[in-house]
Amino acid sequence: MIKHDISKYKHIWVFVEHENGEVARVSFELLTKARELAKDLDCEVHAFTVGDKVEQFKDEVFKYGAKKFFIIEDPILKDYMTEPYRDSIVYLIEKYKPEVVLIGATTLGRDLAGTIATVLQTGLTADTTALDIDPKTKNLLMTRPTFGGNLMATIFCPDNRPQMSTSRPGVYKAIEEPVKGEVIKEKFEFDKAKYTKKILEKIIEEGEKVNLGFYDIIVSGGFGMGSKENMKFVQELADVLGGTWAASRKAVQAGWAPQTRQVGQTGQTVHPKIYIACGISGAIQHVAGMKSSDVIIAINKDPEAPIFELATYGIVGDVLEVLPKMTKMFKEKLGKA
Amino acid sequence: MHSLVFIKQVPDAAQVRVDYETGTLIREGVPAIINPFDKHAIEAAVRIKNEFGGKVSVVCMGPPMAEDALKEAMAMGADNAYLLSDRIFAGSDTLATSYALWAGAQKIIQEEGPVDLFWAGKQAIDGDTAQTGPGIATRFNIPLITYVVDIKKVDPENKTIEVVRLVESGQEVMEAPMPCFLTVEEELNTLSYAPLPYLIRAAKTPVKLLNSSNTEIDASQCGLKNSPTKVKKAFTPPKRERGEMLEGDSLDAILNTLYEKITPVLKQMGKVQ
Ligand SMILES: Cc1cc2nc3c(=O)[nH]c(=O)nc-3n(C[C@H](O)[C@H](O)[C@H](O)COP(=O)(O)OP(=O)(O)OC[C@H]3O[C@@H](n4cnc5c(N)ncnc54)[C@H](O)[C@@H]3O)c2cc1C
Ligand SMILES: Cc1cc2nc3c(=O)[nH]c(=O)nc-3n(C[C@H](O)[C@H](O)[C@H](O)COP(=O)(O)OP(=O)(O)OC[C@H]3O[C@@H](n4cnc5c(N)ncnc54)[C@H](O)[C@@H]3O)c2cc1C
Repeated sequence: MIKHDISKYKHIWVFVEHENGEVARVSFELLTKARELAKDLDCEVHAFTVGDKVEQFKDEVFKYGAKKFFIIEDPILKDYMTEPYRDSIVYLIEKYKPEVVLIGATTLGRDLAGTIATVLQTGLTADTTALDIDPKTKNLLMTRPTFGGNLMATIFCPDNRPQMSTSRPGVYKAIEEPVKGEVIKEKFEFDKAKYTKKILEKIIEEGEKVNLGFYDIIVSGGFGMGSKENMKFVQELADVLGGTWAASRKAVQAGWAPQTRQVGQTGQTVHPKIYIACGISGAIQHVAGMKSSDVIIAINKDPEAPIFELATYGIVGDVLEVLPKMTKMFKEKLGKA
Repeated sequence: MHSLVFIKQVPDAAQVRVDYETGTLIREGVPAIINPFDKHAIEAAVRIKNEFGGKVSVVCMGPPMAEDALKEAMAMGADNAYLLSDRIFAGSDTLATSYALWAGAQKIIQEEGPVDLFWAGKQAIDGDTAQTGPGIATRFNIPLITYVVDIKKVDPENKTIEVVRLVESGQEVMEAPMPCFLTVEEELNTLSYAPLPYLIRAAKTPVKLLNSSNTEIDASQCGLKNSPTKVKKAFTPPKRERGEMLEGDSLDAILNTLYEKITPVLKQMGKVQ
């Protein structure tokens, strides 16, 4: 294993993920978290990205506290493609030597991070849900769930730099703290013949893209809802409570909800103030995505359902009976009737 | 068409329980299985072989008992199976694992000939990192396509493949020249039942062993010591107390209790005065 001269590396870098001209919210969440870490490391927070036209994102990243914004622009980077993104980002990292690199654990981020870390020959901690600085060594401590959320591991990378982590969306709040930042534009010579993959077609999923992490109240429907039509009971309660609705994977696979609303290991991780699980059994892969909610309310007709093990409040009953009543009652109580 | 599928043997996560007394996972009695995603990679490779000819090789890095996973892969239709097993690999993180698998694959290529398609699962259900596949692809310096949900076209003549992959906003149809590296989702296919001839061949075909003495693997890039990431501590997340079951004479009464219980939270959010 190659060890790096770690004294040469400084500052925290956050990758600005973008698709179709829009920055992924996780990038702002990570910029916010990075500001906190930077205080402990006595360093600055910088943002970086590559793409066709990315300078336009500068106001947004400065708003979230990035002092510098490193970019490479080239038409070849118009659509995300692993290899040219990897090569140009590796160039930036090798040139400027940040000590920490944070990337959102999205499909794009997870595709990209593993290839970058391999070229840089450094450690990469996957899918983290907590980041801290070790007060003694100043190493980044990266905590992540494994075994579908049953085991947490705190991982560090003592001898290699940068210390890299992909971090789950929705874990940190995005809070603005505007600074006057500087854009640093770099050039990278792409060997175009090297990039042989082609995107033939992009199929944008119909239905809206939802970031469940935005919401304080989530009403989630599982296979126990019985049908796609019945999902309206979940949606109605969410509306009355001013929250949003979500679903278990089994409900998504049944075609009752879009994948963009799936909670769990292979969906989104959420931590709302109130999570209402309706007709959801509580499989570990589902629980992995919602167990850190403040209050969990479970409605299930089976008193032995595992979801009751972690629910704050449990109601044994038929969702088709409980939900409409609950909606009606909350509507009155919240003065929305 | 020659496929090489990387498969990992993992404990069946659905059966792993937590011992909250000791803060560890209870793995005794938990069956070891082929990582579920990897099975779909085997299935896809076997289907391509059946359509276009060629063969399917599989490799697993793990302890001697991982031979079972390789036998099962042959029962699913793989032709050759390699077990990469050596103490020097113990405790490897994904950087060291991708190195060992890449170096081991060199030997397999020597013996079985060039590979057109490399396959891995999207992620392992124990380590959960999804980093090994991208790591190996980078070391081969070949195109990587992750989250594959459909194989649209294989063109052995022009050496290209067309696949559908998941992205955050939907799907992408992508074409790549072979050799390339695919990591796959479970939606890729439904597993077929192993036909009898496969089972017989699997029983008869020995798993070939690879280790540091019969490959060119550089020990200074393997194992715990040569892994940049270190596990500082592992712990089980605190168990939540079993929830309060709300009971009452009627559903109305139960819902009233619920409303009272959550009123403070609703107030905090400004939903009620
Ligand atoms: C690798 C992997 C990743 C996965 N990722 C995810 C993930 O991200 N998210 C996820 O959710 N799952 C995931 N799963 C699937 C997970 O294991 C479960 O299969 C899934 O969560 C079950 O969904 P469910 O609870 O809706 O359905 P079920 O397990 O079928 O439960 C339905 C529940 O509804 C109750 N019920 C039935 N009818 C009624 C009624 N009328 N009123 C009240 N209650 C009723 C039943 O008692 C039961 O408890 C994953 C699995 C694997 C292997
Ligand atoms: C609690 C814990 C946390 C960990 N966290 C990290 C971390 O954050 N970063 C890190 O670098 N390492 C980490 N590791 C080490 C990591 O689990 C191992 O390196 C492991 O060998 C591969 O990673 P994975 O299980 O995540 O597999 P993944 O990368 O998720 O596997 C993806 C695919 O690669 C192939 N594959 C993976 N392993 C093998 C194998 N042994 N043989 C053949 N094919 C294989 C399979 O096709 C599999 O579907 C952790 C280990 C533990 C115990």
